[in-house]
Amino acid sequence: MSAPNRLPRWADYGLLPILNLCAALLISGAVIRLIGESPWAALKLMVAGAFGAQDSMGYTLFYATDFVFTGLAVAVGVHAGLFNIGGEGQAYVGGLGVGLVCLAFGSLSPWIVVPLGIAAACVFGAAWAFVPAWLQARRGSHIVITTIMSNFIASALMTYLLVNVLIKPGQQSPESREFGPGAVMPSVHQAMGRIGISFAPSPFNLASVLALVACVLVWAFIWRTRWGYALRVFGQNPQAAVYAGISPERTILVAMLISGGLAGCLGVNELMGSEHRILLDFPGGAGFVGIAVALMGRNHPAGILAASLLFGALYQGGSQLAFDMPHVNRDMVVLIQGLVILFCGALENVFRAPLAAILGGAGGAPRR
Amino acid sequence: MDTYREIILLLAATIRVATPLVLASLAGLFSERSGVIDLGLEGKMLAAAFASAAISAATGSAWLGLGAGIAAAVALALIIAFACVTHRGNQVVAAMAVNIMVAGLAPALALAWFNQGGQTPQLDGPGQRFLGFAWPLSQFARRHPVPGLAYAELLSGHNAIVYFAAALVPASAWVLHRTRFGLRLRAVGENPLAVDTAGISVGALRYRASIISGALCGVAGTYISTAASAGFVRDMTAGKGYLALAALIFGKWRPYPTLGACLLFAFADAGAARLQGVALPLVGVVPVQFIIALPYILTVLLLAGFVGAAVAPKAIGVPYSKDE
Repeated sequence: MSAPNRLPRWADYGLLPILNLCAALLISGAVIRLIGESPWAALKLMVAGAFGAQDSMGYTLFYATDFVFTGLAVAVGVHAGLFNIGGEGQAYVGGLGVGLVCLAFGSLSPWIVVPLGIAAACVFGAAWAFVPAWLQARRGSHIVITTIMSNFIASALMTYLLVNVLIKPGQQSPESREFGPGAVMPSVHQAMGRIGISFAPSPFNLASVLALVACVLVWAFIWRTRWGYALRVFGQNPQAAVYAGISPERTILVAMLISGGLAGCLGVNELMGSEHRILLDFPGGAGFVGIAVALMGRNHPAGILAASLLFGALYQGGSQLAFDMPHVNRDMVVLIQGLVILFCGALENVFRAPLAAILGGAGGAPRR
Repeated sequence: MDTYREIILLLAATIRVATPLVLASLAGLFSERSGVIDLGLEGKMLAAAFASAAISAATGSAWLGLGAGIAAAVALALIIAFACVTHRGNQVVAAMAVNIMVAGLAPALALAWFNQGGQTPQLDGPGQRFLGFAWPLSQFARRHPVPGLAYAELLSGHNAIVYFAAALVPASAWVLHRTRFGLRLRAVGENPLAVDTAGISVGALRYRASIISGALCGVAGTYISTAASAGFVRDMTAGKGYLALAALIFGKWRPYPTLGACLLFAFADAGAARLQGVALPLVGVVPVQFIIALPYILTVLLLAGFVGAAVAPKAIGVPYSKDE
């Protein structure tokens, strides 16, 4: 990778992602115009749809929780120089872990089932990431390819399990029976009701607290521990890391297991928090949203939190948009997501170099 | 006799399933041999599937649809090349961006233009689809099933794109291994510095490879929406781009072995539909999902070096810059 044009931190973490987002929104706006609708009206509808009422805000935060998990998963990999595209599959299999715990122990107290479910989500997600990680560490298989393949294998595995094993007897659609009463992550409106604040019902649940904790833990791990340091050194320069006595194999395994575990937590939010059963394809592309979120959030937990909120709002606002504008569907949001990945990731040099030149001083740092 | 008939029909289905895979994996072959990872096969194919179906629906001509499909896929290939070759962006990220963009854009435009919930209209007018044409005497041959049925089903009766894909394999092998362009293309994927030192533009070669890849993905996508089915539906490539990539890896980035991998994967796919619930000797009933996952499992095993070794072009994924 070429030496990046250095930017001041505020520009790197704030201005550049905003510029990239504006470029993505401009192009999406052009597409909406092409379709014959007003981009400005669409934007207003989306903002209103995402933040206009308590329940829509709840949905926004519910989606954002998903994206925090998958975004952190991508970011931990990126810090170690590993591009984990397998978040979707890891989340799917992580959900299997949550689901199995909830199906088996659903009659027990939530104080037991919820922690067990979270642990199972991490373990199953990490286990699914272990195979590509081990293959990269020991056999040098390209992690991008193996994680993509593992997404498809996960999808086939889950379809098989749901159609043949977990399906509720006497039912047509491939989903498991409903979890027991103990296997429920309390929703935020219930929790707030307990302390006397009324909040409109939505799937927004306490897995969001887990997401916040995960942000803090990831931050502490990456920047405040030896292992996190090893990860960053390895990600920046694998050769130097080896000279410094850092084991590449262990670093790859640690990074990928954490990444898979984080992705697996998506199942806690989606299944334990909202659906209360295992169903087909419940991650619904959230694993890929994680790529956009991590790129836009500059792989920092704070940035990921902000980017997750943005994408949560886009997804919730997009549903509202599709409802109100008959010629626009939710796929428009997927387009925006792709454009964000394009501008924040692949084309970031296009904005970075001129920005560095304009900001001068620190710009045009010496190469090499 | 029935077994014979079953086998012939299974092989004919294999050919139909393999065609887009062959086209897409040869597309990937050109770009990957030039040193650009081609994860964007899926998106380029999906864009072409939409563009060709939309134009065919609007104009009534499958050939105009083909042109639109190729144009759409090449445009995306140029976006990826612009990001990765000109601006030395991350190739994986650029390709994922394109895949996701198309997954959103195609149904969004389809809804806006045709108002059918993100699909294009059924292509049922004359000339709107690529249909198979029977070779001379195939009706006569059917009356003598051995070997006539093989002639009628396997050689005859396909559409133009199938024959194009079949011809493309030797053509690609020839271009890659027998022409100056092919030599340079392989060189730039292995050692771009050497190519640059010889006074040949690395960027221009990679751009040309990307355009070839785009054009072939365009044909593949057109096949999916206007030959294999009658119109575009959401996510209709359904991972075929990644499957083609797996075939390319399984074929070790060489044309003929890649063809073999495509046929193998297509055979598994065509067989999966027929094997549903059928007990096989020795293994019993094989779950369909296992057969669907098999190509991916095989590719992972191959990448791990458990079934032969797959050595990627050396410079793959590394942006080239003169001053490093």
